[in-house]
Order: sequence, then C-alpha cells, then structure tokens
Amino acid sequence: MKELLEMIIKALVDNPDEVNISVVEEELNTILEVRVADEDMGRIIGKRGKIAKAIRSLMKAYAIKENKRILVEIVD
Amino acid sequence: MANIVLEKSANTVEEAIELALKELDVTEDQVEIEILEEGSKSFLGLGKQKEAKVRIILYDYAIEIARDFLGELFEKMGIDTELEFTEEDELLKINVVTKSSGMIIGRRGETLDSLQFLTGLVVNRNNTTYRKIIIDTENYRKKREETLEELANRIAAKVEKSGRNKTLEPMNPYERRIIHSTLQKNKNVETFSVGEEPNRKVVIKSIAR
Repeated sequence: MKELLEMIIKALVDNPDEVNISVVEEELNTILEVRVADEDMGRIIGKRGKIAKAIRSLMKAYAIKENKRILVEIVD
Repeated sequence: MANIVLEKSANTVEEAIELALKELDVTEDQVEIEILEEGSKSFLGLGKQKEAKVRIILYDYAIEIARDFLGELFEKMGIDTELEFTEEDELLKINVVTKSSGMIIGRRGETLDSLQFLTGLVVNRNNTTYRKIIIDTENYRKKREETLEELANRIAAKVEKSGRNKTLEPMNPYERRIIHSTLQKNKNVETFSVGEEPNRKVVIKSIAR
C-alpha cells in the first residue's frame, strides 16, 4: 500500500528524497499520511485538488482489490 | 511525434548552439549537440570565413517515461499487464492489455481517467515536448462514447415528447462534450451545462416550436 503511493508521489514531485509517508493503522481504516517539500505541495494537490483526487482514486482501486479501507491524507 | 533534429549555422559554434536552443525553446542539458563544422575566422580579413554548423537533437522520451511509470505502478498494484503504444502527432495512445481491466477502468471509468491524468503529468513533467496521453483498455473509451450517444438520443426523445427539461448525472468535460455534439443536430432540443466541477451536469432542454 505504502510502496504504491510512494512510487506515484515520487514520480510527481521535484524533490523525491523529501517524500515521507507514514502509515497509521486504525480499527477500520489504514491512514497514509503524505509529507512532501513545501514547494511540491501544488504538484500533488493540483488545481481544485484534481491531482490529489486522481491519486486517491487509484489508491482506492487498489484498496478494494486488497480488501482494505484506506485514507490518503496530505499533511502540511 | 519523434525526436526533433535541427541544424543551425552561425559565425561560431557557441552562437549556432544558442540560436538552435532558442528556436526549440530548450536548455543545453535537454539536448544532444553534434558539431558539424567548427567554423574559422578569416585571417586579417583575408580568405573566406567559414561558418560553424551544429546539429541539435531533442529526444522524445514520452514512451519510455510512460512505460516506466505505468509498468512500475501496475507491478506494485499486482496486476499483470502488457502495454501497447501508438502515436499520432502529439497524441500518445496507450492500450493496456490485462485480465484485470475491470479494476483499472473503475466505476464509470474513474480509475482509468485518474491513470490517464497522472501519466500525462508524469510524461509532460519529464519530457521535452508536450504529449497528450490517452489510456484505454478493452476498447472502453469507444464503448463509453457509444453508450453516451445512445443516452443522449434517448433522453432527448423524452424531453421532446414531454417538453420538460432533463438534467443528466455529473460527467467530466470529455463526456459532456460527447452529449453536446450528439444533440447538436437535433433541432428540437438544446443542451447546456450547470454546476461546478466535478458535479457539472448537462441539461437537455426542449425548444418550443
């Protein structure tokens, strides 16, 4: 789960070394907290959150396949 | 689209390179440079000056970038895929051959659209020339287009009969365009969109005769 998200985020940002994803397991959900360099925020959120939405939709497709519930949170 | 090759002549090699880079609107690290003629200054104004000539090659890596990105993505998702690429001008079409097409299409193509959008970002971030990316699988795009055309005609017939407007479910710009263009020739109805993305919807309106 984390590897897939990390790979997508790293392909989008200018500073892949500063991509950090932490996994928080809750009872029902797995929360993936994404941290990137300040200047890369726009690259993973996009106009009206369009990029973030696309990332979440891909992660959702994967989660369904793995029978999991995940939430992708972008932390600033 | 393929690689772009440009040859330029000027008084010096440096000038020729600068001219070529300016014309292609790129920087030196994005291209390969071959010096064809060194050029020489005339000595004390005697003899003829020889111009310097360079060849600049701008490589198009769109397919490689897309293949790397999608290849790794599908591998991490645990789906077996084969990728087929076709090019028409700036358009790069990627057909995903897989047994898991349902999974990569998603509800009303949402997953496929996300894949296409992100691949476009990644390709155009790392490539020197702009490429429009279309991702398809199992001919989904064509089938969806036909479904939308049928829907448009069916709802338009209802609107004509009842005289009451009908609002369709939310669609993306590409899908809305299909509805608009399908009903453009229909003189009994008109279409327009209402609401904000991503909940923008097409309204089919009856034109009173």
